[in-house]
Amino acid sequence: MRTNPKALTGLVALGFFALMAVVGPWLAPFDPSERSSALLQPPSAEHWFGTTHLGQDIFSQVLAGTRSVVLVGAIAGVVATVLSVLVGVTAGYLSGSAGEGLSALSNVFLVIPALPLIVIITSSLPETSNLTIALVIGLTSWAWNARVLRAQTLSLRRRDYVEAARANGESAWRIILFEIMPNLTAVIASGFVGTVLFAVVSEITLAFIGVSDAGGWNWGTVLYWAQSQQALAQGAWWWFVPAGLAIALLGTALSLVNFGIDEYVNPRLRNRFSMPGVRMRVGFTPVLPQDPKLAQKLETS
Amino acid sequence: MKERILEVRGLNVDYGAGPGSVRAVRDVDLTLHRGEVLGLAGESGSGKSTLAYGMTRLLPPPGVVASGEVLYHLQDGTTVDLLRIRDAELRRLRWSEIAIVFQGAINSLNPVQRISTQLVDVIKAHSPKTSPRARQDRARELLELVGIAADRLHSYPHQLSGGMRQRVMIAMALALDPRVVVMDEPTTALDVVVQRQILRTLVDLRERLGFSVVFITHDLSLLVEFSDRIAIMYAGQVVEEAASADLYRSPLHPYSDGLLRSFPALKGEKRELTGIPGSPPDLRSMPAGCAFHPRCPRALDVCGDRVPLLGQSRDGRSVACWLHPVAVG
Amino acid sequence: MSYLLKRFGFYLLTAWAAVTINFFVPRMIPGDPVQALITKQRGQMTSESVRSLYVLFGLDKDESLASQYFSYLGQLLRGDLGLSFTFFPTPVAEVIGDGLPWTVGLVGITTVIGFLLGTAAGAVVGWRRGTWADSLIPVTTFVSSIPYFWLGLVAIALLTGPGSFFPASGAYAIGLVPNWDWQFIGSTVQHALLPAFTILVSSVSGWILSMRNMMVTVSSDDYVTVAHAKGLPERRVMLAYAARNALLPNVSGFALALGFIVGGTLLVEIVFSYPGLGLQLFQAVGAKDYPLLQGIFLIITLSVLLANLLADVAYLALDPRTRREG
Repeated sequence: MRTNPKALTGLVALGFFALMAVVGPWLAPFDPSERSSALLQPPSAEHWFGTTHLGQDIFSQVLAGTRSVVLVGAIAGVVATVLSVLVGVTAGYLSGSAGEGLSALSNVFLVIPALPLIVIITSSLPETSNLTIALVIGLTSWAWNARVLRAQTLSLRRRDYVEAARANGESAWRIILFEIMPNLTAVIASGFVGTVLFAVVSEITLAFIGVSDAGGWNWGTVLYWAQSQQALAQGAWWWFVPAGLAIALLGTALSLVNFGIDEYVNPRLRNRFSMPGVRMRVGFTPVLPQDPKLAQKLETS
Repeated sequence: MKERILEVRGLNVDYGAGPGSVRAVRDVDLTLHRGEVLGLAGESGSGKSTLAYGMTRLLPPPGVVASGEVLYHLQDGTTVDLLRIRDAELRRLRWSEIAIVFQGAINSLNPVQRISTQLVDVIKAHSPKTSPRARQDRARELLELVGIAADRLHSYPHQLSGGMRQRVMIAMALALDPRVVVMDEPTTALDVVVQRQILRTLVDLRERLGFSVVFITHDLSLLVEFSDRIAIMYAGQVVEEAASADLYRSPLHPYSDGLLRSFPALKGEKRELTGIPGSPPDLRSMPAGCAFHPRCPRALDVCGDRVPLLGQSRDGRSVACWLHPVAVG
Repeated sequence: MSYLLKRFGFYLLTAWAAVTINFFVPRMIPGDPVQALITKQRGQMTSESVRSLYVLFGLDKDESLASQYFSYLGQLLRGDLGLSFTFFPTPVAEVIGDGLPWTVGLVGITTVIGFLLGTAAGAVVGWRRGTWADSLIPVTTFVSSIPYFWLGLVAIALLTGPGSFFPASGAYAIGLVPNWDWQFIGSTVQHALLPAFTILVSSVSGWILSMRNMMVTVSSDDYVTVAHAKGLPERRVMLAYAARNALLPNVSGFALALGFIVGGTLLVEIVFSYPGLGLQLFQAVGAKDYPLLQGIFLIITLSVLLANLLADVAYLALDPRTRREG
């Protein structure tokens, strides 16, 4: 990880968001729901991100909303990852109709449009809270990773050392836990990060169309009020810009971490031997300059 | 002496550039004459393929040519350095002058295009004025040349057997009547019978068409049978070069001797099959002195201190070994 | 052909799964939404429509679960999706019928264009690896992390307003009656430009990234090196050898990702008040219009399945290895 600046940048940014999730609500200068007489004010020294039509402080809303976003992302990520490992690894390890059945099940969940499904389930629930939203997202978004894990397990199962363990009569559980799972770590990690990203965007999208934790704040609720109060028509750009940027930054951080994992898994994506003046190209191998001075500079650089 | 066609001078090839790079081909000199078959032999990792792809500038990243010259003598008497010419020029010379049969034909063919397309596009690229009709006829002719029925022309690669695919690659290599054909382990993935059939076809074709061949393999017994001259590579260096009959009769370098004892000879006297103990050195931490000395059954004290260089004796034998007085260092 | 048949069977299975989910989900709804509606409409409902809603919600307590399920299936097969609460007493099928053409026109076309553009751009960026093109990656990563609907909000804030060419909402100018004259078509295109642009910008970047990675992976395959060794023009090596093969996983990725993409693009309709399924979904959530919600979910799923089938046909045409000739 030390050698991968992309992943490192992503991890640092993630750490920042996680910290905000813990301390954000205390750091917030105002109660995010508290009304004041400063209606629809642009950003100022007192209200860094301006105020809403009710005089609420948007900076406090974004800050306090981080907790719900990170929480839902993490819970949904864990639920979906556990499910995908259970379904994917089992489907890959079992041969015959049981494996095929599990694989068909994950393909079915993959093809059914996730967001509309989440919308009909959450809006039919008696009550929506961060927990129920996170659970619904987690229970509906495991299929992609299950598919990837199944393919990986299938190829691992045919490796010599796994065949040897089976021939030795080791139990399926031992083989899965000690021979297969360690080789899936990177794939599972990448799947977790991807699901967290999907869960975060889904939660915000749900909040934006009006399904959210009653009384709580997240970045999507900020945008919901901005949209329903016609912030755009009133020129209140500060109402929706900060929340949107926060989503994009969190999303970028998660994507960067996943790039790092991808490059770890697929060495062809790595760019280890980059150096100024030499462009690595397929089909035309670079020839180092023959000028002795330049060549020496390259040797020592 | 025969006319020279391709000369490699002081070639160094690295993996990676700058700090952390590894030298995979070290100071190689090699000459290919007109119409001859030059064999390159060595264990895997000895740098023989890296040499072949480095000199044609086809080595994939992170390969880098660090220094040297690759002189190609054109038919009109002019000479070009393949490492210094512009991309467009190199592209023009590729395949029309130097064609390559790659290791593993399974991956050499584009899986989503018909054989005909892949045979025709190289003709079209190099002689755009030919008619589509003429190109198709040429493709048909090429397939028949390597013993494939012309009705296979419109097949996809996955519809052909491994042997057929390799024949298609050979046919493709001959499409533009090149003067040099580089073959990198052209038959390793195939069974012995098919292997010999294909090599027979090749030898016949070379006699008819008169191209020169650089033949790379780890199987020295194949080279003894099919090549005129052999260069033995170890850890990125050429350690011995000789006419194949001489090398077979009296290998000078202990490594050549070991290689000869690794494969059963198909004719001539039988040798004891002993192989070579140990494995090739890690290119990132080469031993001091001769790279082979840790594995050498006849190593001297000097072998661990000083690197022997390739030198030539009066009878035309070249070897890089302290056991033989031709070696200088 | 057996490949397509197998896929078709799978889509049937998926459609059945979606229908079954739709049957069970409404049982979680608290209370009796139909009774609430009847009270609200003060007996204006026919007994037939009340019955159809009861089947939809599984409120018919006298029947066994199995017979409820079969009467629900039968109702669906007749195209009866119940009555919409918001647009009472219009049947859900009719409401969706109004919205579907707009969604197919906007979301369908732009999703395909976005895939084609992104794949083309990704092929170039992947091919030019190690040059300035690499600097595009952080930008596309950032853009692909932005939710579609937020980009729509920004587009409205920056590009619409008094005197702007781009309208901020709707699918055609107020006062026009939908028909096939030039004035109406022109107005439709004018209204679709900005939402389409929003969807394009956010979807293109994802395809650029995935196609780039496929190009980088494929570029070190042997047949690409062979193509270089053959001295083919660079364009031909890039298109006929590298991109042609990198396209295959991207097409199957497109089919698999459709279910995810559709969700995001539908939201753009909300921001632009574009009268498609996305906007109807938004209204249905706000009004707790369960029959409409369920209907929209079913129709979206079926559309995605159909699009998947088309992607399969495309894949079949692109990869000779999936074709079994004799």
